[in-house]
Amino acid sequence: MSKRRVVITGLGTINPLGNNVADSWEKLINGISGIDDITSFDTGDLPVTFAGEVKNFDANEYMGKQHARKLDRSGHLSIYAAEQALLDAGFNPEERMGSNCGIVFGTGIGGIGATEDAVRVYDERGPSRINPLAITQLMPNSSTGQVAIKFGIEGPSLTITTACAASANAVGEAKNMIENGIVDIVVAGGTESGTTPMTIGAFAQIRALSTKNDTPTEACSPFDKNRDGFVMAEGSTVLILESEESAKNRDAKIYGYVVGYGSTTDAHHITAPAEGGEGAVRAMDKALKDASLSVDDVDYINAHGTSTPANDKNETSAIKTLFGTKAYEVDISSTKSMTGHLLGGAGAFESMVCILSLQNGVIPPTINLNNKDEECDLNYTPNNAVNKDMNIAMSNSFGFGGHNGVLVFSKT
Amino acid sequence: METNEVFDKVKGLFVEDLGIDESKVTMEAKLEEDLEIDSLGIVEVVMAFEDEFDIEIDDEELADVSTVGEAVKLLHSKI
Repeated sequence: MSKRRVVITGLGTINPLGNNVADSWEKLINGISGIDDITSFDTGDLPVTFAGEVKNFDANEYMGKQHARKLDRSGHLSIYAAEQALLDAGFNPEERMGSNCGIVFGTGIGGIGATEDAVRVYDERGPSRINPLAITQLMPNSSTGQVAIKFGIEGPSLTITTACAASANAVGEAKNMIENGIVDIVVAGGTESGTTPMTIGAFAQIRALSTKNDTPTEACSPFDKNRDGFVMAEGSTVLILESEESAKNRDAKIYGYVVGYGSTTDAHHITAPAEGGEGAVRAMDKALKDASLSVDDVDYINAHGTSTPANDKNETSAIKTLFGTKAYEVDISSTKSMTGHLLGGAGAFESMVCILSLQNGVIPPTINLNNKDEECDLNYTPNNAVNKDMNIAMSNSFGFGGHNGVLVFSKT
Repeated sequence: METNEVFDKVKGLFVEDLGIDESKVTMEAKLEEDLEIDSLGIVEVVMAFEDEFDIEIDDEELADVSTVGEAVKLLHSKI
């Protein structure tokens, strides 16, 4: 039996660039950064004082204070993005999606802000004053459950916590659910809101973050010789995946197809990529095979491109290993240069970028790429968007833990 | 403290701290059905009462409390 084709019928996002798809895309193709000084808390003596924060979003205003209080910020962002995506796909968010709809959500660190708050209260006031909502805010599946409750999603649900590959894996597992006929519709996405004091401090401790505090918009510079780490960002992106038949039966708009998914593990080191990006090579290869495509078919790679010395070098090696001479021809970019690193929300956001790139025939640039690094010598679309008629795009996501999730999208 | 003063303080907690719509908070309002305070929310309410009135409330004392008025009565008896 041939596999059912999987289409994307709805997109929703809230991220440092914008609070909807159109605004985010506009910034992406114009190479505008969403990174700035941290405003949500006093950065005190943290070694990093900037991040990609979501702007102009008041959860109390959006969902009412009584409801908003029950969720961590990662949950607020999830519901906001999911509502947009469902509306975009032509569903009525006031109606229950029912049992033919599943949900797969990715997050790296769940309600880490709620965790930090609860620990602070415990330290200051003791166990009897811990917020009774703490557990339901901080558990990694909180957003999955809250989105399901809000929109009446009664089919299978999964929460994937493969760090920065989480929502790439979410989109991939959602694709599998639909291909295998388990449900016709899956709300697939990711969320993260780790722009919090302890989390920034902890990532800084392992030297993962850029410390270019004086130039926040220029700090994230993937593949540049002077890159010095990633930039923490928050946001949620949701895609509505659907069987092609279901989408056509209800005359839904079709953005494109999810055609390939590859998932592998380095089994090497908890943070460092395997030498030469060996696990990434296997994931890209698997995703192409899953799509019955070859490297020659790939028009665009949305790189993981975190701006850490290790990732960008190893990802470049991995692309060269798999693509051979074609590696020097394929267009690559890292949109993290503008968004910062959405961690568990990155894979879903970058899936959206791939779909919009294919649809619009535009490759968003890698900004802040000014100094050549001999070890990063591919075409990363530096600083300016490129117009190109394309059919196939690949999205790479790699996470702490050695998790690799690669997706392949097709316009037709 | 008079009952109406206790009610005003309770109303203030519900509106300011818990984000409940002011017009819903009456003596007759049912905590669960009218104010949408679920089993997790009731723990928050108790914590807010304890802090505001500097008292301790045992879980058993809550058994008979299902309306704002009953909560006010319980608090009034303990202050």
